[in-house]
Amino acid sequence: MNVVTLSQLQFAATGMFHWIFVPLTLGLSIMTAWMETKYVTTGDETWLRMTKFWGKLFLINFALGVVTGITMEFQFGLNWSEYSRYVGDIFGAPLAIEATLAFFLESVFIGVWIFGWNKISKKAHMVTIWLTAVATNVSALIILLANAWMQKPVGYVIRNGRAEMNDFLAVLTNDYGWIKFVHTLLSGYALAAFLIMGVSAWHLLRKNENDFFVRSFKMAAIWAFIACIGVAVTGDMHAVEIAEHQPTKFAAMESQWETKRGVGMSLFLIPDVARESNSVDQLCIPNLLSLMAFHDATGEIKGLKSYPPELRPPVLPTFLSFRLMAGLGMFMILASLLGIVLSRREKFVEYRAFLTLMVFAIPAPYLAQQLGWLVAELGRQPWIVYGVLKTSDAVSKSITSTQVIMSLIGFTLLYGLLGAIDIFLLVKYAKMGPEKDVSSIINVQGRG
Amino acid sequence: MDISVFQIIWFVLWGVLWAVYFMLDGFVLGTGFLAGFLAKNDTEKRVLINSIGPVWDGNEVWLVTAGGATFAAFPTTYALMFSNLYSALILLLFSLIVRGVSFEFRGKIDSITWKKSWDRAIIVSSFLPALLFGVAFGNIFKGIPMRNDFAAINFSYDGSLIGLLNPYGLLTGVLFVLLFAVHGSLYAAIKTTGDLSKRGADLADKLWIPLLVVAVAFLGYTYPATKLYDNFFKAPVLLIVPVIAVVSLLLVKVFIHKGSCHKAFLFSCLTIVFVVFTGVTGLFPNLIPSNIDPASNLTIFNSSSSLMTLQIMTVVAAIFVPIVICYKIWVYRLFRARVTNEDVLGDSEAY
Ligand code: HDD
Ligand code: HEM
Ligand code: HEM
Repeated sequence: MNVVTLSQLQFAATGMFHWIFVPLTLGLSIMTAWMETKYVTTGDETWLRMTKFWGKLFLINFALGVVTGITMEFQFGLNWSEYSRYVGDIFGAPLAIEATLAFFLESVFIGVWIFGWNKISKKAHMVTIWLTAVATNVSALIILLANAWMQKPVGYVIRNGRAEMNDFLAVLTNDYGWIKFVHTLLSGYALAAFLIMGVSAWHLLRKNENDFFVRSFKMAAIWAFIACIGVAVTGDMHAVEIAEHQPTKFAAMESQWETKRGVGMSLFLIPDVARESNSVDQLCIPNLLSLMAFHDATGEIKGLKSYPPELRPPVLPTFLSFRLMAGLGMFMILASLLGIVLSRREKFVEYRAFLTLMVFAIPAPYLAQQLGWLVAELGRQPWIVYGVLKTSDAVSKSITSTQVIMSLIGFTLLYGLLGAIDIFLLVKYAKMGPEKDVSSIINVQGRG
Repeated sequence: MDISVFQIIWFVLWGVLWAVYFMLDGFVLGTGFLAGFLAKNDTEKRVLINSIGPVWDGNEVWLVTAGGATFAAFPTTYALMFSNLYSALILLLFSLIVRGVSFEFRGKIDSITWKKSWDRAIIVSSFLPALLFGVAFGNIFKGIPMRNDFAAINFSYDGSLIGLLNPYGLLTGVLFVLLFAVHGSLYAAIKTTGDLSKRGADLADKLWIPLLVVAVAFLGYTYPATKLYDNFFKAPVLLIVPVIAVVSLLLVKVFIHKGSCHKAFLFSCLTIVFVVFTGVTGLFPNLIPSNIDPASNLTIFNSSSSLMTLQIMTVVAAIFVPIVICYKIWVYRLFRARVTNEDVLGDSEAY
């Protein structure tokens, strides 16, 4: 394998690994802040116990989010130095700004939150988790604006043998980035809410701390439902944006080979890349795809065949990932709606089948998250910056495939080990359930 | 304003970011790799880890920022520095990853083997970055074998991981290790109580002698091995920078003897900052020199971003860096108390 493919593999592996932990951080930080706020405003001890229990899971998860982030930061220079040199004038700024604006805030105040329970007053303590949560969300915005620039480059000119920024505001207000931000953020909230529902369901099945977990479940179900609706809406906005700016990605997502007007959407579709067509194409709803892409039932969609094969992204994985993500999204909307309805009933804990389903639904948003990135990044190929720079021209010239093989093996072993330990700890602490006694905090904070 | 003004501003900021990073992470790394020698039992180990617990992540972000600032202000340097030093930096990265999770994981399971394994992980993963950063900076001071043609956009490098382990690189590595060791022991001395604190002070005292020897060797060897002194010969007022470094180093010893470890620690901070400043002053206007072809040097002029990007970054830094410094100071004050055995044993959130 050559350096390009190996570096792609390494970037994908380390990025997807970072992404196991990031969405939960995004969602759980806000939800923990919400719980602590409830505790501070109502004085109800159960909210404090909830803050501590879900906060503990948040922290175990957070640790790996942090350490794997550093890899992401370094990799642009390590493996993609031609890329870094070529677009650094635009792409470097967000990374530096993210660190100054968000990472400092988040890392400093998370420390205060963990170690400050009996050092500062209740209110001040609550503020620290809000600062942490806001900072993680701001960091998401900035990095996604950077990523969106690679999808839809704006505000630049090609000068001095590289892309130079000529309109910073355009980079900041890139609509592609804002859609990406809302879609990603809400999908993180959905993921966290599904985790809370799943863990709560697990305890409810064992009749453990019913009050505590019913309350957690109820709260999470509402978050999940609202977030999932938002995810679907922004997902559709994404698709519209892609149809306009990245026609090759759109055609691959929908496995559309021919250029046509008024294209329908088939429920059953299997692409056949070798024959440049679909081997199965059943249950077509007329005009739906054109309608979705352009909000115009007769809009023309350019098929993959109108592009030379070397400019097409890998069709099968892009198509499957997109279908599966959207399908999981629909499932999550239904499941969370059902969750809202059922958890309001008196005999909620007796719906054992539903509770079991929710335990097994924990991986669903995780899977959808990974698939989402696969759509976004695979669908962009062969471009690293869409229409501007090819991935194959972006790789570092001074590294050898042996070096990348070694680092890739290193990452695989190290991340595999750490990931296994982290998940083991998450499961262990999730099963352990909440602390019974939080009086030590209340006594100390009562004085503050 | 002319672009060169901003290039110089970012050169200074670049130096400051690295200096502050080494000053702050220096004591975390030092306390980390000395934890095994300083602590006599599990509770003492936890005291040490908890003394750095609230701050280590915030300190590491200075590294992330230094990296990000290099990317934003000097993208060509970022690109070539990271890809040319690929293997060394991957090793560094692995160490930093292991170190970060070790703090979090160590206390999560109550088993002796579990804790012992993470203790070992902390020692190794704190020692390696100290050494590797030193080796990397030694080689940057010395210059690395690269040939760059900026007009034709053609860059090449023919070094290797082994090539970085030259005598000067290794000496700088040892210098960093000893600087951080003294720094970390002093931190332990001022953040803990009783015997543990005393052991910290004693160890700093003992390690100071080898540190002085290595520092003198480093200053001497720098003359034949690098071009760092050229700037100082051209503008002798700059000699104030290394002089402050040396005086601070001497004052560290003085204050350890007087028993005021807080002051000793303060001067150890200054020592590290001014050692970095000495190197950076000597480099100017290079960021990374080439040791085979002066025209290939990566300078602040041939590797910087455009004027617009530099201006934007300057505004951002001018607003946010002071804010960051304010809340960091607040946090250090909040956690200024020494960590005791009772603190650690009585707190379910502690590491
Ligand atoms: C949408 C959100 C998002 C995305 C796409 C990424 N990250 Fe991330 N990153 C976060 C959201 C985030 C976070 C939620 O803010 C984390 C997770 C845990 C944490 O502490 O912050 C984080 C941590 C984190 C850290 C550690 C900060 C610290 O030490 O406290 C770094 C250096 C990066 N990230 C860098 C990157 C880079 C260079 C990325 C792109 C290639 C990237 N992240 C993708
Ligand atoms: C953290 C979540 C992310 C995941 C899971 C992810 C996933 C991927 C995948 C699967 C690839 C490989 C594509 C291929 O093999 O052809 C890739 C490539 C890439 N992505 Fe992302 N990505 C993520 C975030 C980002 C972000 C935020 C950026 C920009 C800041 C980014 C920039 C890139 C770059 C530079 C490449 C490299 C080369 C390539 O196109 O293969 N990615 N990513
Ligand atoms: C409900 C239907 C959904 C639709 C129509 C949809 C649509 C999309 C589209 C078109 C993209 C590609 C964006 C690009 O190429 O830049 C995308 C990306 C993504 N999706 Fe979805 N999505 C849906 C559900 C979900 C769900 C349920 C999750 C996770 C819980 C999710 C998480 C993501 C993530 C993390 C990305 C990558 C980041 C981004 O590009 O925004 N999506 N989605």
